[in-house]
Amino acid sequence: MKNTSRLLILLISLSLISVFFTPIWEITLEAPQYPEGLGFQIWINKMSGDLQTVNGLNHYIGMKFIEPDSIKELKIMPYLIGLLILGGLLTAFFRKRKILIAWVSFYVLLGISGAVDFWFWEYDYGHNLNPMAAIKVPGMSYQPPLIGEKTMLNFVAYSYPSTGGIILIVCAILSILILFYELKYNKENHL
Amino acid sequence: MVKTTKKNVTFLLLLVISVCLGILTGCGGKKTKGPLIESDAPNKVYVEPGKYDEFYSFVSGGFSGQMAVYGLPSGRLLKVIPVFSQNPENGYGYTEETKGMLQTSRGFVPWDDSHHSELSMKDGMPDGKWVFINGNNTPRIARIDLKNFKTAEIIEIPNSAGNHSSPFTTSNSEYVVAGTRFSVPIDNKEFPINTYKENFRGALSFVKVDPASGDMSIAFQIITPPFDYDLSHAGKGPSDGWFFFSCYNTEQAYTLLEVNASQKDKDFILAVNWKKIEEFLKQGKGTDKPTNYSHNKWNEKTHSSVSEMIKTVKTLKPEDIPGAMYYIPCPKSPHGADVDPTGEYIVGGGKLAAVIPVFSFSKMIKAIEGKQFDGDVETIPVLKYEAVLSVEVQQPGLGPLHTEFDDKGFAYTSMFVSSEVIKWKVDTREIVDRMPAYYSVGHIMIPGGDTKKPYGKYLLIMNKITKDRFLPTGPELNQSAQLIDISGDKMKLLLDFPTVGEPHYAQAIPADLISKNQVRVYKLEENEHPFALKSEKDARVERKGTDVHVYLSAIRSHLTPDNIEGVKVGDVVYFHLTNLEQDWDIPHGFAIMGMENPELLVMPGETCTVRWTPKETGIYPFYCTDFCSALHQEMQGYLRVSAKDSNVPISFNSNK
Repeated sequence: MKNTSRLLILLISLSLISVFFTPIWEITLEAPQYPEGLGFQIWINKMSGDLQTVNGLNHYIGMKFIEPDSIKELKIMPYLIGLLILGGLLTAFFRKRKILIAWVSFYVLLGISGAVDFWFWEYDYGHNLNPMAAIKVPGMSYQPPLIGEKTMLNFVAYSYPSTGGIILIVCAILSILILFYELKYNKENHL
Repeated sequence: MVKTTKKNVTFLLLLVISVCLGILTGCGGKKTKGPLIESDAPNKVYVEPGKYDEFYSFVSGGFSGQMAVYGLPSGRLLKVIPVFSQNPENGYGYTEETKGMLQTSRGFVPWDDSHHSELSMKDGMPDGKWVFINGNNTPRIARIDLKNFKTAEIIEIPNSAGNHSSPFTTSNSEYVVAGTRFSVPIDNKEFPINTYKENFRGALSFVKVDPASGDMSIAFQIITPPFDYDLSHAGKGPSDGWFFFSCYNTEQAYTLLEVNASQKDKDFILAVNWKKIEEFLKQGKGTDKPTNYSHNKWNEKTHSSVSEMIKTVKTLKPEDIPGAMYYIPCPKSPHGADVDPTGEYIVGGGKLAAVIPVFSFSKMIKAIEGKQFDGDVETIPVLKYEAVLSVEVQQPGLGPLHTEFDDKGFAYTSMFVSSEVIKWKVDTREIVDRMPAYYSVGHIMIPGGDTKKPYGKYLLIMNKITKDRFLPTGPELNQSAQLIDISGDKMKLLLDFPTVGEPHYAQAIPADLISKNQVRVYKLEENEHPFALKSEKDARVERKGTDVHVYLSAIRSHLTPDNIEGVKVGDVVYFHLTNLEQDWDIPHGFAIMGMENPELLVMPGETCTVRWTPKETGIYPFYCTDFCSALHQEMQGYLRVSAKDSNVPISFNSNK
């Protein structure tokens, strides 16, 4: 493994530490009555922002309360990210091609499963509505987009990665590029 | 305008009386509807929808007992802050929590006459923390917190009556003062009224303000001869450490003051060296006199008032503090005692005078050092008029009342009788402009006009009479304010707007000094109200003897509980409503049919309590009174009242 690759992997691992201190995703809502904005942030271990207000508004359409304490992903995610960092450090230390492949695969798998999980989570909240809800619009569901924006009644919902999420994505792309580079240009098993 | 020779006092008096009879006051209006408005005036006061005003102005509500907040230059009414009067609109003075704010040594006093607003200061400039206002009738000073525009504290002033010369403050708000407009016997004693000279006294109270918390406490009272203290202002710059109180009725009349208190050619401005008095206090001077006055404070955490009675006050007699007080003779029943931005000049506003005297602080100090006295009053030396006078502004108009200053070296004085404002240069005393007022202007205000560095730009004049200025509304008409552009050489009238109550005095401050500190919601987790709810799950009804406590929660769009049974005729029901919202500008209200108190209006995260005594059996609907949401109309419930001897148990449900 080229020293540049090692250094980059080391840097990636260290940058990933910041994911513990910044939100990874942000859902913002826009409505005429909320000039000051409304939204909440998803961290790897918690949620922040106007969750209470969002829950209050969501009860009109019969959406379940978003209760961070009952979301198991928020309990698991810190360990997975910890594992990812550890994996990166080990890769940089042992310089083995196999370890690199394993680490990048784990990273990619984590990203895909995270996105899929998030989509299902959003689907659940957007579709499993209380039949007693005050506002029922036939055929209407309230699943926010995985990434992008969507208009739902008087709200426009925006879903985009936040600082931590951007770091995760950029680092993922970088790791994939390193892997490609190493596979293509560095034929030694010992990297 | 009528001009008079300055010595013709009889003519002046006749004029004043005829004005009081309402003969002259309308004259100006008949001739003309005012000066031509400059063509750019609309642009100068038009604040686009969604845009903000440049200044907050705090205008006293006069006999409404409240304080009104207007944006300048638009004149838009932003808020009426309940201070000394009950306010059914939000339950102030009616709820169990706020009743204590209006407690006094004379019991619950639900009204007052609020005259002068005064912003707290730091280094001679407003700091945007608090605004003070006086209660004139039952002597009190209130402190309003500008984080949430709520009355945070009210302190009663003992030994005082007619708290008019108040609540003016020193350069760092070390003190706010309270000079009595009526002299009265100390300790509430009763005497024959004709023993006025022997038994009546004029108390000047210095109220200490804690720089961090704002908490007020009476530091000392000076018991002076029985004159009527009218207005005051603190010195600044070189004169910092001094306070100047105007007084009338040095004749010591106690009947028909209109005539009997207008006899002397000169009354006084009392100069008080409060820094020197602090030294006397350190030496142990003064007496702790027994007294009784109320001190009411608002607690932000419990959302409740705490009211306590204080039993002593430190008093000082003139002989306790030699060299700390001097009387400056001032023509004809002075009203304003206004200090210019440099702190060198003190401008007296003799209501019946034909000149405006401008006194010099440095000359005053020299006169004191040179002992240029004209005798004394009860050991307080009277300085020689000429020894303190800098110059008199000649032929200003009739009835000079009050002077404010701009940022370019000009002074502006209101003329009540000739209903106009004059602009004059402080250093040359030359009158450079005049503008009619519609009608009978009292106080005037320039943003920062009583500070070290006036912001200038606008002049707000506050009128006692409006007559034909607005669409008529029957015999009872509003008072008004008029906004004048003072950025150029000539004053230009920009705007008239009616006011809440009679505006006596105002203060203004650049908006961003206040807007950036605003509280949006009260944090629910910090709510320490004993009957607060943190969650809807804890909403309940409890009986304690004949008291029934309803722990009620409100969140869009339901009240919990909303079906209540087991209340009986003869019970006293307390609705403790917690607004569980943590969202900006989502208050909830509460009212129940036949309630003898006004509604509750509860801010997010706050708890308020209203008391209700059902008198007849029946079903009593209740509902949220603030249109909070699309399903606001559904935010309602029922309470069942059973007979006194019934055995319906307390029960409640809420859509379970």
